Amino acid sequence: MRFLLTTEQRAFADSLGSMLTAADTPSVIRDWGRGDHVAGRALWRRIGQAGLFALAAPEAYEGVGPLPVELVVAFTELGRHAVPGPLVETVTATVLLTGLDDPGPAKRLVPALVTGESTATVARSGSYALDGDTATTRLSLTADGALRLAPGHGPVRRSLDPARRLTILHPDGELLAASTPFAHALLWARLATAAQALGVGLALLDRTVAYVRQRTQFGVPIGSFQAVKHRLADAKVALEFARPLVLGAAVTLDPADVAAAKVTACEAAYATARTALQLHGAIGYTAEHDLSLWLTKARALRTVWGTPGECREVVLSGGGHRS
Amino acid sequence: MDLTLSPADEAFRAEARAWLDAHVPAEPLPSLETEDGFAAHRTWEAELAADRWAVVSWPEEYGGRGADIFRWLVFEEEYYAAGAPGRVGQNGISLLAPTLFTHGTQEQRARVLPPMATGETVWAQAWSEPEAGSDLASLTSRAVRTDGGWRLSGQKTWSSRAAFADRAFGLFRSEPDTPPRSASLARAVPPSPHQGLTYLMFDLRAPGVTVRPIGRLDGRPAFAELFLDEVFVPDEDVIGEPGQGWRIAMSTTAEERGLTLRSPGRFMAAADRLAALWRERGRDPLARDRVADALIGARAYQLFTYAAASRSTAGERLGPESSLNKVFWSEYDIAVQETALDLLGEEGEQADTDWSESYVFSLAGPIYAGTNEIQRDIIAERLLGLPKGRR
Repeated sequence: MRFLLTTEQRAFADSLGSMLTAADTPSVIRDWGRGDHVAGRALWRRIGQAGLFALAAPEAYEGVGPLPVELVVAFTELGRHAVPGPLVETVTATVLLTGLDDPGPAKRLVPALVTGESTATVARSGSYALDGDTATTRLSLTADGALRLAPGHGPVRRSLDPARRLTILHPDGELLAASTPFAHALLWARLATAAQALGVGLALLDRTVAYVRQRTQFGVPIGSFQAVKHRLADAKVALEFARPLVLGAAVTLDPADVAAAKVTACEAAYATARTALQLHGAIGYTAEHDLSLWLTKARALRTVWGTPGECREVVLSGGGHRS
Repeated sequence: MDLTLSPADEAFRAEARAWLDAHVPAEPLPSLETEDGFAAHRTWEAELAADRWAVVSWPEEYGGRGADIFRWLVFEEEYYAAGAPGRVGQNGISLLAPTLFTHGTQEQRARVLPPMATGETVWAQAWSEPEAGSDLASLTSRAVRTDGGWRLSGQKTWSSRAAFADRAFGLFRSEPDTPPRSASLARAVPPSPHQGLTYLMFDLRAPGVTVRPIGRLDGRPAFAELFLDEVFVPDEDVIGEPGQGWRIAMSTTAEERGLTLRSPGRFMAAADRLAALWRERGRDPLARDRVADALIGARAYQLFTYAAASRSTAGERLGPESSLNKVFWSEYDIAVQETALDLLGEEGEQADTDWSESYVFSLAGPIYAGTNEIQRDIIAERLLGLPKGRR
């Protein structure tokens, strides 16, 4: 028993964090939301070079994985910097393709995902595909289990999170597999989303703490008021109890643990977003303020790859601690 | 990252489980907060101690098994999963004993710990006073020097277990030149109210002690007021240096809020029982989310504790983060008990059931061991770095 990150795992998170801090993500996010993907794709390649997408792919496909703990560490940093793009979907596509009986599609598509040269999106039929307009590889999964390479997509729809571009994939296209096991890929999708949400929440807390320390009213920083402190303390409690669930789920990859991590991290991030908005006051309610980039993402992540209700259902069907 | 226990730890788990299976009373004991129940729980402590299960984390010389923190967590998981009785010795075991291990003398440990382990001596805490609650440092009960010891005078209150316990521990102002906070505020350069306090143990049946039990919400005497009139305490019952009581007590309260007061095993067992109740009662869809959250919260608390224990084992000290713990478990506990009572419907109103007893007990959680408002101040100021302000 040693439920602690190693020095190497921490160093990996720190170096990714430094790279993302230097990348000035707010301007990248705003470009991405407008459909200008140049800066975003450049950042994506750097993230690929840092080894992030290799964590989900086995060595046979030029990856180093599967390394779910490293993956959640990395996704927490991606969330902290609100990096745009189909990050979770690229990981999910990698797990999905490398899990097929026929290694052909993975041999063809995964190596470029691992390096960051390509991006991927995945959608089950009837669901939105994130960033289908820019993804190199568009996977659509139909109800009968067929996996296809979608040739195109419908019009881009706006998300509450302006960095997320929602598309419906065209239903036809090359058949990659007639019967596709999706449950394992869904675990990775939920796990990566949970970690991303945790990072979003941590960033919202950091930004709000910084704001209430410098914002003065009645002659003192508003952060000296108990009404303000206690809301932030509650956000801290929620995030610090979500964190071990996310890491624990990465260790066990148990469906109930993963679902618990997903719902808890997303709810903690969302509660922190509400607090962040309230404590920033009117300035926080503007699209112009960078806080909005995290606020809106906290909302969007709650319902992707498993709503709170679906995740709780999985937890209950897991049977509890002594099943 | 490794969440697996060693084969030796799993063997320990099996041994604990087998013992508990053979010994846990088939019928629940009467309420701990009654005279009969208190006596029955004391007998249970003796039964635990006889086979060295009362204080597994203590060194063997005091009746323990020298278990590390992970084994202690395993024991707690098994203990509560087996539905074993509440621990009447909890105050002494989780508050006083750690203080004695850190700040006590060899003589004190040898004298105090073995009868604590067997339940022969049950300890009550004596922190709060009528005018010193959250602002504990403003306490005014006094310890005055006398031949061979001290004389204690004043009033303590909300003293858990004192109605039926044998001895108590608490803080007393031993240096009259360091006045309590209210008086010190008037001075230009006030001495800290935290100075001049002494940590003492005393006998609840000593001459000069009057114990007046207080009925908690359900009327049961779970705590008491203590009136002290020139109560003699020998020097051997001072813990640490006279005047250093605040520092010593704070190390105790950090333990109380931190790893050892409420183990995850307790909440994992409660969540599993709640989920079983929900299934038995027809899986009410309106309660579904709350039941799921109880399971999730217990797992979160377990993993949070494993992380804290791993850091502690790696040599890190757990500081103000114990306040996160206290806010979490105290609010979690109430949510679980409330959900159970709601599921029970009209039966949930009944007093004297396991669930109603647990519910009443849980309501005190956000108040004792430092109110959750104080904990949130600590989180905001010491973990988030927000400026101090008026309380």
